[in-house]
Amino acid sequence: MTARPGISRPAGLILTTLEGVPGHTIVKHLGLVQGSTVRAKHVGRDIAASFKNLIGGELKGYTELLQEARHEATQRMMKEANKLGANAVVNIRYATSSLAQGAAELFVYGTAVQID
Amino acid sequence: MEGIVAILGLLALGFFAGSNIEKKHFADLQEREYRTRDLTVISLGAKTPIPKANRAKLFVGSVVISSDYFKTFVAGWINFFGGRITSYESLMERARREAILRMKEDAIQWGAQQVVNVRLETAEMGGRGGQGIVSVEVLAYGTGIQ
Repeated sequence: MTARPGISRPAGLILTTLEGVPGHTIVKHLGLVQGSTVRAKHVGRDIAASFKNLIGGELKGYTELLQEARHEATQRMMKEANKLGANAVVNIRYATSSLAQGAAELFVYGTAVQID
Repeated sequence: MEGIVAILGLLALGFFAGSNIEKKHFADLQEREYRTRDLTVISLGAKTPIPKANRAKLFVGSVVISSDYFKTFVAGWINFFGGRITSYESLMERARREAILRMKEDAIQWGAQQVVNVRLETAEMGGRGGQGIVSVEVLAYGTGIQ
């Protein structure tokens, strides 16, 4: 595990949607890792959104809510990858499914790998 | 009678406020797209080798956008007769362009030269059996490379 000359290694886990990590080679595949979270909408935000629904435009409250949720899902995936001893997660994909009224599941998955 | 007046009022509000917001958003999108034009965004990259890349980082941009009362009303009618729902087409276009722009702006701040292997995802939010809040989330994510 020697760092290549001229290549700066960012701290922590490298996340990418590619099948490899540019500038590195994959030495070991550690399998699929995933993280998910189910979030319900907030009543206050829902009321604000229903007003906004008359005039259109961005629903900032919901954007933030989903961003937070997605961040949490990603953190969970990273934790799982860390447990496996990975230093990168490649080929990451995001997916969303609405489970019930006003609740959404956000999940993220990728392949944990060890790179040189 | 009062009900009809209320609906007409809401339609007028939706039409005038909605199209004003839409016009402003399109102008804003165009301006930001012009500013970020140097960063190329491609959906290739999974199988194609990327030359001269030393660092990679994941970037995500997302937006939840809502329809206005007028658009929802028009779409309801078109839904009955069939055909192109142009009022929702522009809504989706705005959401996609916004999500891609947010991803690009984050990537530029990090110093990316390119964003590769970009994927777009759409999720419907809420909507109680076709009623209630009509809103859609668009997510754009990709790998920024240096």
